[in-house]
Amino acid sequence: MTELTDLGIADIRNGVRAGTFSAREVATAFNARVAEAKALNAFMIDTPDHALAAADAIDAKRAAGEDLPIMAGVPIGMKDLFCTVGVEARAASEILNGFKPTYESTVSQKLWDAGAGMLGKLNMDQFAMGSSNETSAFGNVISPWRRNDGSNAPLAPGGSSGGSSAAISARLCPGATGTDTGGSIRQPAAFTGISGIKPTYGRCSRWGVIAFASSLDQAGPMARDVRDCAIMLEAMSGFDPKDSTSLDLAVPNWEAGLSSDLKGKRVGIPKEYRMDGMNADVAAVWDKAADWLRDAGAEIVEVSLPHTRYALPAYYIIAPAEASSNLARYDGVRYGQRTLPDGAGLQDMYAATRAAGFGAEVRRRIMIGTYVLSAGFYDAYYTQAQKVRALIARDFAQVWDHCDVLLAPTAPSAAFGLGENSEDPIAMYLNDVFAVPASLAGLPAMSVPGGLDSQGLPLGLQIIGKPLDEQGVLNAGLAIEERAGFTARPAQWW
Amino acid sequence: MTESTYRIQGATGEWEVVIGLEVHAQVTSHAKLFSGASTTFGAEPNAQVSLVDAAMPGMLPVPNGECVRQAVRTGMALNAQINRYSRFDRKNYFYADLPQGYQISQLYHPIVGEGGIEISLDEKNPDAQTKTIGIERLHLEQDAGKLMHDQHPTMSYVDLNRCGVALMEIVSRPDMRSPAEAGAYLKKLRTILRYVGSCDGNMEEGSMRADVNVSVRKPGDEFGTRTETKNVNSVRYVMATIEHEANRQVDVLESGGTIVQETRLYDPDKNETRSMRSKEDAHDYRYFPDPDLLPLELDDAFLDACKESLPELPDAKRKRYESELGLSAYNAAVLTAEAETARWFEALLAESAKAQGKPEADVAKASANWLLSELYGALNRMGKTIDESPVSPAAGAELVALVADGTISGTIAKQVFEIMLETGDGAGKIVEERGLKQTSDTGAIDAAIAKVLADNADKVEQYRSGKEALFGFFVGQTMKAMQGKANPQMVNEQLKKVLN
Repeated sequence: MTELTDLGIADIRNGVRAGTFSAREVATAFNARVAEAKALNAFMIDTPDHALAAADAIDAKRAAGEDLPIMAGVPIGMKDLFCTVGVEARAASEILNGFKPTYESTVSQKLWDAGAGMLGKLNMDQFAMGSSNETSAFGNVISPWRRNDGSNAPLAPGGSSGGSSAAISARLCPGATGTDTGGSIRQPAAFTGISGIKPTYGRCSRWGVIAFASSLDQAGPMARDVRDCAIMLEAMSGFDPKDSTSLDLAVPNWEAGLSSDLKGKRVGIPKEYRMDGMNADVAAVWDKAADWLRDAGAEIVEVSLPHTRYALPAYYIIAPAEASSNLARYDGVRYGQRTLPDGAGLQDMYAATRAAGFGAEVRRRIMIGTYVLSAGFYDAYYTQAQKVRALIARDFAQVWDHCDVLLAPTAPSAAFGLGENSEDPIAMYLNDVFAVPASLAGLPAMSVPGGLDSQGLPLGLQIIGKPLDEQGVLNAGLAIEERAGFTARPAQWW
Repeated sequence: MTESTYRIQGATGEWEVVIGLEVHAQVTSHAKLFSGASTTFGAEPNAQVSLVDAAMPGMLPVPNGECVRQAVRTGMALNAQINRYSRFDRKNYFYADLPQGYQISQLYHPIVGEGGIEISLDEKNPDAQTKTIGIERLHLEQDAGKLMHDQHPTMSYVDLNRCGVALMEIVSRPDMRSPAEAGAYLKKLRTILRYVGSCDGNMEEGSMRADVNVSVRKPGDEFGTRTETKNVNSVRYVMATIEHEANRQVDVLESGGTIVQETRLYDPDKNETRSMRSKEDAHDYRYFPDPDLLPLELDDAFLDACKESLPELPDAKRKRYESELGLSAYNAAVLTAEAETARWFEALLAESAKAQGKPEADVAKASANWLLSELYGALNRMGKTIDESPVSPAAGAELVALVADGTISGTIAKQVFEIMLETGDGAGKIVEERGLKQTSDTGAIDAAIAKVLADNADKVEQYRSGKEALFGFFVGQTMKAMQGKANPQMVNEQLKKVLN
């Protein structure tokens, strides 16, 4: 029999429902797997008891003959950005040291209600600011993947949801929550050969999720395949009156709607995404994916998103602007770390606390955000960026006249080595170049594995869909998944 | 429109004062603007703080529909433009009373735009000396918490109960030209807010405060540089602030100085304003649209419901009291100056009409007179507001009716009212039990008259020889002899008969 930890969400749920194994057996197996994977530094806090308690509750329900919910007996990893009762939530930052929420985020509560349990809190880029997990105050997550050159150089798992991506690809958990502000679900999924979907902005409540950039932040599932993403997305989604930007819409049964038959569908290839000097492996897998989708019945059309090249600069104005304000609450007064030099007044305490508590990248973005909102610069930066954002949204709105989904690479390359980009923030920011436009437009977008590059590392393919058309995105992803036959997994070295 | 003649006499001539007010009015609502926490005044420190108010990680604001409704109703009562599209912005700064590190306000797209308030400077004649003060805007924003510096020798304490409470900031045009105009504006605004029920106007409890913008200029010149005196919390202090600040500015200018645009504080103990911070160290608030909140978009149904729910406003009510009830302009103005008084009066009026079986217009004058002289006098003596009146409108109406139908005289009515206040008994019962009914028994009256005339034969002589003013003396003596219970009209008639 297959190891329990090799099973995905659907298989675990189905096995628990059928009584093939108990939820407790599953939780126990994953707890052990998490405990022995410290070298990856994916989990910051282990919560084996949470996973076991959730499993026992499911086993009891089954024993009582009750119907089991859609994630019955599935233990998952929780990105550290989500507040869960009684478990430290730090957003991988020193400034939240010791902060144990007394409240449960809406998304995590929905997951528990769906029968899931928590294996632990997952490492991430500090406040979700980063694309490699190197900004965590608690050490890098190390990707379980290695290049095929025998160098064993430690690789980035992507970011900011790098703990999630590393844990899933290393089979420490069958699924994990991620959040995506400018690619933080899709890029790490691509780097580690797993799937992840950022739904339409407003599908998942932001209540109880530590904020980075409110108008962009969106939670979503990361898992091994498209079906698992569909199941977990359904569990996480739904209207929340506590979040004013939450969408008051019924949650579709995406799993039931899965179909890889794309007859009658048109897939757009945005020509602006084909950039000069593009990585050849990335270009090749992109072309192959177009063929796969054609094979699935879709018509492939070239389309144009003319304002694409302005997306990244606009993103790096809007996201830091919102962050500079969202992070003002970390002042050392009510929770987390406080630094109080001798004789310090209130403003001194703020400055000392924030200087000590925030990492360098967070400080950089707060300063960028503060600058672009300042009197005299606001119109030149923030207002202009909002106009660009509107134009990008319009580009997408117009492109839907010509196609149903868009196909693009997720990231410009496969995973890079830790430290390779960390000296040059712009090079790091460029990792998000394909991911950011869909974020600015609030569109559903997912990454699925397409194959391996010449170094033996996974490459991701991105599907971007119309607002609220997660089904179309998942279905195109499924069509790729079925044809890509991606079965590669990292050899266990940890 | 009346031009103000208020001037400050300086060494170099006359100066005109230009005043604008930014009034912060706490919205009457059980819950805060963006959180479910309670807003009751006087709770233990930090007893009314939600996770949102304390700016816990991951917490989100959700607009309180009642606060939006109250702002719209207030805007309508100020004859202002209601903006169907408005938006919340963040005003960013660090301070201990502001856990989020920003205040949610509305800078770029306020919920209410241009409007105006008509003020009158002559209480006796409210239709004379009127002036319209422009309202620039009304927007919703969060209040901050409160710092307490007197709890510990070296530390300050923070109370977040007030943090996040909804305020309406009502910004006037710089249309006022004297402390009296500013006082009248503030009182009128407070009256309107109380009528609408959107703010209790309680300045002592801080639910209404004003930032006072003052500048001076030679009449006809351009506006001068203004100062802003923050958080002045009574009408009297607002007027004192203006007077002091305008005189200070004239002194500065006449001694060759310039006015610095700055924020000042009013010290009521010393009756002076002091500099708080100048423009140079003013914050850069980095306003931007709050990304946690969607724009507010108001539809017709909502606006219609707001309009429907508005009460009759003070000016309309005053005019109706004059035209339909025949009250004097002064009485109408006094009765409508406070919503509570008008409410009480209208209850009295309805009861009086019922008790006397007459239309309200026929009983209005007597009812108004009784309320304004007798009831007001008693309440003043007792230090009570009209809402605390020990006598109900129905009980008052019973008394007024007894006078109207001649059962008792006005003089006896005063006595009866005193007894009502002491005992809580009804007027009819008192009159009955104490035998205070007015008598129209001509026999008794004639007998009393005969005795008075006999006792004052000399005065009768004088009267008959032309000193007609003595008639009143005979009336008074007769009434006294009858212990006030004689029908005064009959006494008059009988006396005339006998004397002439």
